[in-house]
Amino acid sequence: MDYFRAIYKADERSPRALRLTRRAIHLNPGNYTVWHFRRLVLEALNTDLDEELDFIQRIANSNSKNYQLWHHRRWVIERLGSNARAKELHLIKSILSLDVKNYHAWSHRQWVLQALGGWEDELDYCQQLLEQDIFNNSAWNQRYFVVTRSPFLGGLIAVRASEVRYSVEAIVANPNNECPWRYLRGLYKDDIESLVNDREISSVCLKPSQEFRDAVVALWTSDTHPLDADLATAICDILEHVDSLRASYWIWRKNKLPIAA
Amino acid sequence: MESLTSPTVTQRDQLLVEQQVFSLFKTFYNMPPSSQSFMLELQRENHVEYLTNGLKQLGPSFCVLDANRPWICYWILHSIALMDEFVDPELEDNTIDFLSRCEDPNGGYGGGPGQMPHLATTYAAVNSLVTLGGDKALSSVNREKLYSFMQQMKDASGGFRMHDGGEIDVRACYTAISVASLLNILDDKLVQNVGNYILSCQTYEGGISGEPGSEAHGGYTFCGLATMILINEVDRLDLSSLIDWVVFRQGVEGGFQGRTNKLVDGCYSFWQGGIFALIKRLNSTKGERSIPLGDGEDSDPESPRTTASSDATEEGLNKDLSQDDSHSQKDHHDTSSRVNVADIGHNSSKGHAKVNPLFNSLALQQYILLCSQDLNGGLRDKPGKSRDHYHTCYCLSGLSVCQRSWLEDEDAPPLPHAVLGPYSNLLEPIHPLYNVVLDRYQEAHEFYTSS
Repeated sequence: MDYFRAIYKADERSPRALRLTRRAIHLNPGNYTVWHFRRLVLEALNTDLDEELDFIQRIANSNSKNYQLWHHRRWVIERLGSNARAKELHLIKSILSLDVKNYHAWSHRQWVLQALGGWEDELDYCQQLLEQDIFNNSAWNQRYFVVTRSPFLGGLIAVRASEVRYSVEAIVANPNNECPWRYLRGLYKDDIESLVNDREISSVCLKPSQEFRDAVVALWTSDTHPLDADLATAICDILEHVDSLRASYWIWRKNKLPIAA
Repeated sequence: MESLTSPTVTQRDQLLVEQQVFSLFKTFYNMPPSSQSFMLELQRENHVEYLTNGLKQLGPSFCVLDANRPWICYWILHSIALMDEFVDPELEDNTIDFLSRCEDPNGGYGGGPGQMPHLATTYAAVNSLVTLGGDKALSSVNREKLYSFMQQMKDASGGFRMHDGGEIDVRACYTAISVASLLNILDDKLVQNVGNYILSCQTYEGGISGEPGSEAHGGYTFCGLATMILINEVDRLDLSSLIDWVVFRQGVEGGFQGRTNKLVDGCYSFWQGGIFALIKRLNSTKGERSIPLGDGEDSDPESPRTTASSDATEEGLNKDLSQDDSHSQKDHHDTSSRVNVADIGHNSSKGHAKVNPLFNSLALQQYILLCSQDLNGGLRDKPGKSRDHYHTCYCLSGLSVCQRSWLEDEDAPPLPHAVLGPYSNLLEPIHPLYNVVLDRYQEAHEFYTSS
């Protein structure tokens, strides 16, 4: 590291400097100063950046959660351009196959898609991951990213109906899975009116039919306190008891309900 | 009808943790009361010893391989301060000198001597110095240079880069704004467009991600929310969505997970738990009525139905907040009528009003004390993981938040049963926006607003 500091101070951008940064990075991949200087040297020497990707990959094998590494990768890919796209998307997939919720990998993947494209197969990829594990929230998040931003799908409104269907299926298969519930709400972000009126959704949870009300009443076990006449209030009361970890929250929600007409 | 397929990886991993945690809880509940008392005790001496040793090993042997050393200082110093302990004056001096050597002549602090300045290590260094307190520590920061470093890190998008040519994300925004606010060098130029950037990071789930499009995450949600409060743009966030997301991050184990369907981790006791401290603060500074204690769920039997002394409080706080007569709650983007952001961090509520925390404080305390504590000193992610200084810092910070979660005023003494275990478990209060001990914050605030 003393050698590195000397070269850094002298701002020497030579092949020797490049080699030194490589060694320093092996010793401590978290040293952002070394990575930064390496970039300066790479630029000055106009080095082959494809080889650089291999170098990063070798470091990544034992450091997949290192910020500097991913940031450096982004810098390299930016310079290589769309030729690097396919290989990069493939590489990220292989990292995700080992650690399917790796936050850096997903952020990097999103960046590659936005900077270089490659959207065509992304929805399928999400589908695949969700088939393997419907509880994978990273995959749901990616799905949302794709359906809202892919230039090939026509935007959220265009895909909404099929996405609602997909989410409802997922809910029915595992009602205790939080992901599709939030995803569903996300599909109707800023448009509660439409969410409430969507028949597919009401079939699963919202319609205040007599049947639903009967089901709600059946959950209420207290003999002393009658269930509130207002359904929303009644639901908050029930949740206070069946989801007691969040009792405080349900009380707060109840207090925020608009006064029933 | 539940799916009949075999458990997925997520389900399996979750089940394993639940089994471990529940077996720990079961053992606990079957113990005689005297053993239970012991298990719920915060092992202060052991923690302090673990922490002080960590700081010492840092002291004389300046090994330049590590790019995170101001963080280690902060994690250790803050933890010690939370337990109201002190560091040996010589060690203190060494630390101040060491941090000065991490300071770049052009402003900001790097991960070690000779390293480029970095916003995260700057945050850690400044918080460490504030925690140490005293003239020597506080005056050692070159604020002018630090300001120019931050200006250089500012990106057109509104966000900040962590270092020259470094990554932009919500964490960088928080570290910059938090430090600038603390040192009283926050201005319109630094604040410009930060709100837009963070807003673009609130996801469909309600939480906030590191970069636009990424997954909602506890660490970034804390950073994003704190930043929006510091720049007085918090109303631009969808707060009810955010709250709804974060309450569901608390699991059956009592602790918090960082993201939906991921595993509980002790450090989220602060990142997620701290969000409630911020929201509580928000509700009081905005003059909204504090949540009155319900009768059935009364976690505080000594106090009858108490509502906040909100009218008097509201008046006092609004007076503090509006430095500028033309300021209105809606007027957030108009820089000319901007509230003096230097005062945002400083407003503490008056009076000893009580509130109901929106999360389950006792459950979280139980997780921290029974699952995160290493009885030999230090705290950890979860049973089976090793202790480290980072987890020690954030588990303890979370514990402090929990103990005061029924109080509107961070300064007031908590009621005995707000504290799980013996009352001696009580930690010092923190300032939730910066995560430094409150009286250290107050000293720093005075120092940096008068000089």
